[in-house]
Amino acid sequence: METSELKKVASQVRRDIVRMVSAVNSGHPGGSLGCADFLTVLYFDTMKHNSSEFSMNAINEDVFYLSNGHISPVFYSVLARSGYFPVPELATFRKIGTRLQGHPATDKKLPGVRMASGSLGQGLSNALGTCQTKKLNGDNSIVYTLHGDGELQEGQIWEAAMYASANKIDNLITTIDLNGRQIDGDTEQVLSLGNLAHKWQAFGWEVLEMDGHNIDEIKSTLNKAKSMTGNGKPIVIIMKTEMGQGVDYMMGSHKWHGVAPNPEQLILALNQLEETLGDY
Amino acid sequence: MIDIVVTGNKDTRSGFGEGLLELAKTNKDVVALCADLIGSLKMDAFKAEAPERFFQMGIAEANMIGMAAGMTVGGKIPFTGTFAVFSTGRVYDQIRQSVAYSKKNVKICASHAGVTLGEDGATHQILEDIGMMKMLPNMTVVVPCDFNQTKQATIAIAAYEGPVYLRFGRPVMPIFIKEDADFVIGKADVLIEGTDCTIIACGHLVWKSIEAARILEAQGISVELINMHTIKPLDVQAVLKSITKTKCVVTAEEHMINGGLGDSIAQVLIQNLLVPQEYVGVNDTFGESGNPMELMTKFGIDTQNVVDAVLKVIKRK
Repeated sequence: METSELKKVASQVRRDIVRMVSAVNSGHPGGSLGCADFLTVLYFDTMKHNSSEFSMNAINEDVFYLSNGHISPVFYSVLARSGYFPVPELATFRKIGTRLQGHPATDKKLPGVRMASGSLGQGLSNALGTCQTKKLNGDNSIVYTLHGDGELQEGQIWEAAMYASANKIDNLITTIDLNGRQIDGDTEQVLSLGNLAHKWQAFGWEVLEMDGHNIDEIKSTLNKAKSMTGNGKPIVIIMKTEMGQGVDYMMGSHKWHGVAPNPEQLILALNQLEETLGDY
Repeated sequence: MIDIVVTGNKDTRSGFGEGLLELAKTNKDVVALCADLIGSLKMDAFKAEAPERFFQMGIAEANMIGMAAGMTVGGKIPFTGTFAVFSTGRVYDQIRQSVAYSKKNVKICASHAGVTLGEDGATHQILEDIGMMKMLPNMTVVVPCDFNQTKQATIAIAAYEGPVYLRFGRPVMPIFIKEDADFVIGKADVLIEGTDCTIIACGHLVWKSIEAARILEAQGISVELINMHTIKPLDVQAVLKSITKTKCVVTAEEHMINGGLGDSIAQVLIQNLLVPQEYVGVNDTFGESGNPMELMTKFGIDTQNVVDAVLKVIKRK
């Protein structure tokens, strides 16, 4: 998809995010806004997937796992906007009986979700399982994951990282949302991640870096990562983002990680985000 | 007359190994994952038969459970293998979110359960696993009683769609289930018919209960023995049918009294037919090192404990 079109989708996704969380006065706008550009490019440009007929088994389809499940608003918006379920259903987010649970779930059968997530650190292992199944099935499609940077504090991530390189998992493209912030403050203050690129390299991964708010750079980096699959090594993209990107008063702080804007703040946010595809 | 024939002696984990080998040959969707305990879990035969479908995970159980869940996306049926202590407590959150809540077709196969793990001691002797697993929505919990039944259960759970916890053990014990017996998940076996007291047992305590029934028979007491190999979903009808006749029940398990099979039975009694119940199980204590059979005696889950419980519960009728 053309970059100008992708920008329009991302702007609408950001409107969806702030409207969804504001309507129920809960949810996680900060990381959702920060990953809006990435998930838009992934679903509208990069991935090979069938949104009109969701298949849990995803034979010959690319698969995406959202490991940091708390940024469900951006996931749901991108799924709806790319055709997995009706856009008006976004209005049910976090309300009783909804398929759009606070954190992604499979039990209410929301098309596009293949694994529950929320308890952090599990998505990379889930992805490795699907990678191995695709290899057994002779299926050449790719498995993608997204993780928060704070999530890398979970030990299971590093169990999976060790497994992936030792077993030459080369149909996997992992992305880290490096916004440097988590609930209690900056990651540097809470529990420093050290040199992430060096850590992943030491674990035997191919490491790419990109600006998570430059649509052209996201497109080209994901395409480069795709071209590197099948070469015996797992691939990680360290994506620099700004928590709250697109809403000025949410940027530059960890405070909007899990706080929803009130009605006045919502208006301030929407004034900064162009309505491009029509609000739900 | 108690009609139980012992046909040999083997460990239940070997029954798992043989069942898994059978699946390697008959079901191409079955894959096996093991966290550095191939020999202990008897998974060597599967690995030799289907090396491309065997996954060595290293000592990384959380990653193993997460990967098993992910392998179901694309149609595989993963069987994970490690000790019961590492199959449950160590990875409870991974099982909860990626397997049970996500309702993935993963079979968590757990060996060396209970004190009969023996000499390694309490760090490895989990006695809480049945409770943890039965509390999870969507989870089926199966505890077969001997070598033959463990083999049959291993094959049966592959044909069942959904998360399963399969619990077995280390020691060599008598084989008394017929090789061609029909194993049905959720349908209890009435091994001995009797009139004075119902014993409901699982795992190694089924054999101990057979021994107890023979001792009691010599004293003129007629015991009905139910092998409750599926803890969840529980065969409530089998329980009610038996206790309506005997009017009392003893539950016997190699597990904590808190949260085990006995508690599941107690729920049935309270909601349906209140008859006296006695528990044979481990009473709120960790295990310790020792010979497996000596430990069963020390921790109150031996033949004599079942006999004593039956005599006690009959008096309470």
